[in-house]
Amino acid sequence: MNRAHIWLVAFLLAAWGFAASAAPAAGARISGGQFDPVLPPAPNVKTTVVAPYRLDVALVSNADFAVFVRKHPEWRRDRVAGLFADEGYLRHWASDAGPGPAIARQPVTQVSWFAASAYCEARGARLPRWYEWEFAAAASATQPDARDDPVWRQDILDWYSKSARGGLPAVGASPANYFGIRDLHGVVWEWVEDAGAMLVSDDSREQGDPNRNRFCGSGALSLEQKENYAMMMRIAMLSSMKASYSSNSMGFRCASDAGTGP
Amino acid sequence: MTLRAPLLALFAAFASLALPAHAADRSASLYQMHEKLLNQDGKAIDIDVYRGKPVLVTMFYGSCPATCPLIIDTLRAVERKLDEPQRQELRVLLVSLDAERDTPEALRQVADSRRVDTTRWTLAHADAAAVRRIAAALNIQYRQLPDGQFSHSTIISALDGEGKILTQSAELGHADPELLRVVNAR
Repeated sequence: MNRAHIWLVAFLLAAWGFAASAAPAAGARISGGQFDPVLPPAPNVKTTVVAPYRLDVALVSNADFAVFVRKHPEWRRDRVAGLFADEGYLRHWASDAGPGPAIARQPVTQVSWFAASAYCEARGARLPRWYEWEFAAAASATQPDARDDPVWRQDILDWYSKSARGGLPAVGASPANYFGIRDLHGVVWEWVEDAGAMLVSDDSREQGDPNRNRFCGSGALSLEQKENYAMMMRIAMLSSMKASYSSNSMGFRCASDAGTGP
Repeated sequence: MTLRAPLLALFAAFASLALPAHAADRSASLYQMHEKLLNQDGKAIDIDVYRGKPVLVTMFYGSCPATCPLIIDTLRAVERKLDEPQRQELRVLLVSLDAERDTPEALRQVADSRRVDTTRWTLAHADAAAVRRIAAALNIQYRQLPDGQFSHSTIISALDGEGKILTQSAELGHADPELLRVVNAR
């Protein structure tokens, strides 16, 4: 191997390293299938079919989001349109251009649904749909659907009962589940593409209320599997957020149809 | 023990948690989005097609059996209660939730069968991604059901000439006095 070769190899390695650190982790392929979600497809329908999809292994980090914002400055916090983001948008970043080194590897939070959608779209991807998220999140380390496992369920609930206001862990730091996906539980809430499709009532308004027309069509959905508190809390959180809202506990990851995108 | 009480508390807790973060007023106009639509005649239009005029904007779908006809009736009820000059000024934009079936041809049929005056009203088609964004901007929740119908909230937004959302009404079947107030205030 002569000197030129060594330089070439060094260059390629550096380029690869750069690409690997700049590009978000590629998604894992999940075959999907029949699924009984907590949020039923319709009032009298319990089962849905999840088509094959790809889901990011880890959450999007502040560093990832900063790369996007540099390329698409209309999403900087000092330039973003008020329609798309509230006052809290990226408020925790060190500057308008970036997060600063301390939180670079942490999951990005304080992003609106509009911003999260635009990020995924710029990658040729999209936000995961709720059923895709719930399908992936039903897995433990060893089973694709661990929702009937009381130990696993308790582990998840323990996170929700902790008031962890400390710093967030780095993205991808939690153990991979059956599908190879990390960070689904115990880190942050996550935006989904159909966050505006939850149509969950707070129960009181639908029962004998003359103003039932709040939802045209079949009315509000009532949740199944009421013992699955963790999922219900996710759904409650999502249905309480408008698309321009941001929260210090709401992040996201991207997904795509299997066979395309990242 | 019923689960309803803890669930209610849960929803209430999240609702109150989500609110304070956005308390500061930030100028937001629907026209900050640049969504492309097709009207009932197949003509490409922008979402700010009625810029400069007061506009009522909402979403519906053409094959809706019950509530969507009621949306059109409600918009008409508002128009009827306006003074003549305001009525002449007002524009109505109805964006379909059904990107698949509500083609311009289907929307033209709805316009004709409901005798919609398309010189002042527009029935618009948007692609699925645009539908999601527009619904999000208007705070309209919707969901396609397994039978192809849509379940959706019915929110009519009143915009000023620059697209600022002045008020939003979820009332159906009659003219919401608050909508009348902001449209007549011009």
